[in-house]
Amino acid sequence: MSNQLTIAVSKGRVLEDTLPLLEAAGIELAEDPKASRRLILSTSRDDIRILQVRTSDVPTYVEHGAAHLGIVGKDVLLEHDGVGLYEPLDLDLAHCRLMVARPAGSERPRRRLRVATKFIASARRHYARLGLQVELIKLYGSVELAPLVGLADEIVDLVDTGNTLRANGLEAVETVADISARLVVNKAAMKTRHSQIRGIVDAIAARVAEGRKGRVGA
Amino acid sequence: MTATERWLLPAGVEEVLPPRAWRLDAMRRRLLDLYWSWGYDLMFPPFVEYLESLLTGNAHDLDLQTFKVMDQLSGRLLGIRADMTPQAARIDAHVINCQGPTRLCYMGTVLRARPEGVSTSRSPLQIGAELFGHRGEASDIEVVRLMLETLRVAGVEGLTLDLGHVGIYRNLAAQAGLEGEAERELFEPLRRKAVGEYHQALAELPLGEDHRAQLAALVELHGGDEVLAQARERLSDAGSEVEAALDRLETVAERVQACYPALSIHFDLAELHSYNYENGLVFGAFHPAHGQALARGGRYDGIGEAFGRARPATGFSADLKALMACVPDSNEGERPKGGVLAPAEEDAALEEAIAGLRAQGERVLRELPETEFEADGHGCDRRLVRRGGHWEVVALD
Repeated sequence: MSNQLTIAVSKGRVLEDTLPLLEAAGIELAEDPKASRRLILSTSRDDIRILQVRTSDVPTYVEHGAAHLGIVGKDVLLEHDGVGLYEPLDLDLAHCRLMVARPAGSERPRRRLRVATKFIASARRHYARLGLQVELIKLYGSVELAPLVGLADEIVDLVDTGNTLRANGLEAVETVADISARLVVNKAAMKTRHSQIRGIVDAIAARVAEGRKGRVGA
Repeated sequence: MTATERWLLPAGVEEVLPPRAWRLDAMRRRLLDLYWSWGYDLMFPPFVEYLESLLTGNAHDLDLQTFKVMDQLSGRLLGIRADMTPQAARIDAHVINCQGPTRLCYMGTVLRARPEGVSTSRSPLQIGAELFGHRGEASDIEVVRLMLETLRVAGVEGLTLDLGHVGIYRNLAAQAGLEGEAERELFEPLRRKAVGEYHQALAELPLGEDHRAQLAALVELHGGDEVLAQARERLSDAGSEVEAALDRLETVAERVQACYPALSIHFDLAELHSYNYENGLVFGAFHPAHGQALARGGRYDGIGEAFGRARPATGFSADLKALMACVPDSNEGERPKGGVLAPAEEDAALEEAIAGLRAQGERVLRELPETEFEADGHGCDRRLVRRGGHWEVVALD
């Protein structure tokens, strides 16, 4: 179907959190993603399908036009190089913060810092803003380990509750960025299928605004 | 060095092989014929120039994209062109130097230090046209139409034309007293249409309420015809330059639409192209099946000043290889099939027969001595055989 729109969403929690928002645009999953191993999910609307992809791949799918829309955390977008995407909407969900953390009670050493992180681009920008030249060490997981074993002085990582940091004797000291899920749109799709996409963006935006109002009222 | 390292090409550098190369060449010829029929003169600017002449104005992105080499003769830096538009501007300003309008077209490989956007190519085959010496909307319309004709001739259908005007953001920012770093930082979320971040960035700047509201409107002003009416309302007291820019957009859209009734037109007042040399109406051609613009261009009045003569200018360009990739492989433009295979033996009558056939436009392949004739016969469907004292063409079985 040439008129079909494709939405890339990362598997798991983000997909579940996103479903109520998609419903605002009349999009409901026709199958249970947990029960199905299929990566392309059909929806209640013939003209819309959903791709389940790895979260860090969402910008790539959308930038290339393999998906027209995508839902992805700002942390991933900050790492994604280039300006190939539109980010018209903050979905106000999956909130957390990208933060600098180091062993509790310690000072920032007065020598060239070593920083371990999954978020190289964001970390580089953050330290550059502080006027610090640092050595970045790219890790793919369990970043909290790095200061404990002398691999790094500090880490830059996502902090939700802070429990993992505390359990490992670290404390968050600076905020690099506030993170939440964003709706992203392919540039050509925004221009060539404007009314179709604007309709979805506006419906979701209205639902997000309702949710925000509800929370403020409560 | 391993054998693999020897035959692999650098990332983003590609070759065009048979049979696509003939098709590419046929498309090149059709497009240059089109430009000729519109009165555009062909030029081949050099592949390398002194860096300063390739980097005009405020083109920081272009600087990063340009490969540099040291010239041993002059001790100066040479740049390998990443874009041919500044070369066209130099040639118009200095070499051709005529008073009236100049129309130039070009086709050649450009080299980019880094792949751009989703395109993985660093060596696009750039084709384009530039029109110098006219300030009014007529030249914008002519160039937009020629870009649309380019895509039509290339065989791309179902396009959306995207129109914007760099002057609107620039003018609003200047009125609000923003310049330099502050302007560029504000532009960054605008370019991504990140509504929330853009509003926040505006809120943090010390701006008057009117200016803030006008700048804030830009991020929403994209869509169909209704956008211009909305823009006139929301930017009603933004001054005559913004009004003139909106008038220009409206006229160009109307006149282009009149020529292409089926074309869908999209307006985007926050569309500023990447190279920063454009300063007026900008445009791009988008296709739903392709993530990025197939062709783009815009007005860049005054760039020639760096070469001693400021001239109004507008133009567009496209990557011929990308255009080829988005039209289905067809036989159109391919060379005629078949051909005649001629034996290797030396014979004056044979030479004469071969020359005669080639002069008639036939493809004749001469067999090489001591090679087995292969079954596919290099695509030949006939062969030359000796019948009595002369040579005849017979079908190959």
